[in-house]
Amino acid sequence: MVPFVATCFTVSLWDRVDPMIFGLPFNMAWLVAWLVLTPGLMAIAYRIERRR
Amino acid sequence: MSPAATALALIVGIVALGSAIGFLAARRSKPNLEDWAVAGRGLGLILVWILLAGETFTTYSVLGISGWIYSKGGPTFYALAYLALGYVIIFFIGPPIWELGKKHGLQTLADYFAKAYRSPILTTLVAVGGVVVLVLYLQLQVTGLGIIVNVASYERIGRGPAMVAATVVTTLFVITSGLRGIAWVSILKDILFVGIAVLVGIGIPLMRFGGVGGMFAQLVRERPGFLTMPGGTTNLTHTWFVTTVLVNSLFIGFPHFFGSVFTAKSGDIVRRNAVLMPLYVLPLALIVFAGCSSILIVPHLAVGDLALLTAIRTTLPPWLLGVVGGAGALTAMVPAAVQVLTASTLLAKNVCEPLAGGRMSEARLALLAKISVVAVFGGSLFLALHSSATLVGLLLMAYSGVAQFAPGIILALTPFKVSPRAILCGMVAGFSAAGYLTIAAMDPFHGFNAGFVGLGVNLLVLFAVNSLSRAKEGCFVSANG
Repeated sequence: MVPFVATCFTVSLWDRVDPMIFGLPFNMAWLVAWLVLTPGLMAIAYRIERRR
Repeated sequence: MSPAATALALIVGIVALGSAIGFLAARRSKPNLEDWAVAGRGLGLILVWILLAGETFTTYSVLGISGWIYSKGGPTFYALAYLALGYVIIFFIGPPIWELGKKHGLQTLADYFAKAYRSPILTTLVAVGGVVVLVLYLQLQVTGLGIIVNVASYERIGRGPAMVAATVVTTLFVITSGLRGIAWVSILKDILFVGIAVLVGIGIPLMRFGGVGGMFAQLVRERPGFLTMPGGTTNLTHTWFVTTVLVNSLFIGFPHFFGSVFTAKSGDIVRRNAVLMPLYVLPLALIVFAGCSSILIVPHLAVGDLALLTAIRTTLPPWLLGVVGGAGALTAMVPAAVQVLTASTLLAKNVCEPLAGGRMSEARLALLAKISVVAVFGGSLFLALHSSATLVGLLLMAYSGVAQFAPGIILALTPFKVSPRAILCGMVAGFSAAGYLTIAAMDPFHGFNAGFVGLGVNLLVLFAVNSLSRAKEGCFVSANG
């Protein structure tokens, strides 16, 4: 599952302060972005499963 | 009025309002255990959402997370990662679990194990283990309540008396409200929580540093390296992060969480909830902002858990401290109520009833559950008064225990036949390993989260025992598999 890879296993790739995004340290911005992306992905999965 | 009196009066007012809502909502319910414990399985999308989400907004979220970022820095980001991942897991296994609950009239985690593996010893152990992790979690809430009253009274009320008073109030609240009442109070709590998250997460940086960006810029300048791992610690590395996030994402194993799945009207509601739920984690990011501000506003505090409230006290007027304190008190009381309700249902239904040899009347069972409420709360209060663990420390311990239920929960949904003995041995081994590492202060163990080590031991033993003793009693096949 994509969110698991993105927010868990790859921690050493994104755990850094620079570049700052919208004034947030990079690691913080990355995790917050995935809080929004994860429901998006699940919604897509929900749609697909519904159609079946 | 003195600042302390203003703050305390507002806290009491908010708590009283919450209790009144719970009491009124509970008047609609019937006096049996099913209604008290799972609200007659009749809650819709919004109430279940709020109840499930309510479990993510606890004292841990308000004081614990800000306290950890204050004292430990970067590793705290685990809190932003694991919740969303846990909901991904619930998205997949939640609906089949709900189906089984509906089909067999299940109310608790132990009921589920009883149906899946038909082993009385395993059922009792799950119930007892469930009570243990819940008591840890409750200890966290009680400690949090003590901190809130202590800081809001400007240290005039000691933490001990504050914890006792808070426990008494919460106990009465649970006994009168039941789950339906609690779900409604949850609404008030969550509105307040989001309000204060915005207030302290955006408001405080704006007042003191000209915005969130300015605050982070200053923090990075003053404390370089603090916001990445291992931050203010030496041993919370990336390995720790990965293993902790994995262990914590198994929070479906928390008995109260598991139980809340059963309160939904349908499996589809559970799934749609899981889709939306990660959004509910966003306010936690604001709390992290607030925690970061408090590093700059009130440096050099000995206890991180006090950081947020102390920062608020020095920045905002007393009445706002009161509102934050009141909201904080509700974020401790509501989850505490759900947890104690679950623990007492487990004790009454899955431990005492079988010991008493068979069926009890619904009314007696409900009475027994209410007596257990008092007992469980008493135990948590005792521990809270005699322990110095940090809020996050307590929660990590509880999660390490909870993860040990996961193999049993998930394997029951698959067509694999696993013997109850294997599940049992694995669970006991996992619990012991995680418990030993935690108590012996060896967590993290070579960088690995203790619960993760426990889970590894758990699975090894499980498969070893299972291949030795071929499964005789089958487990049921999942509803959609």
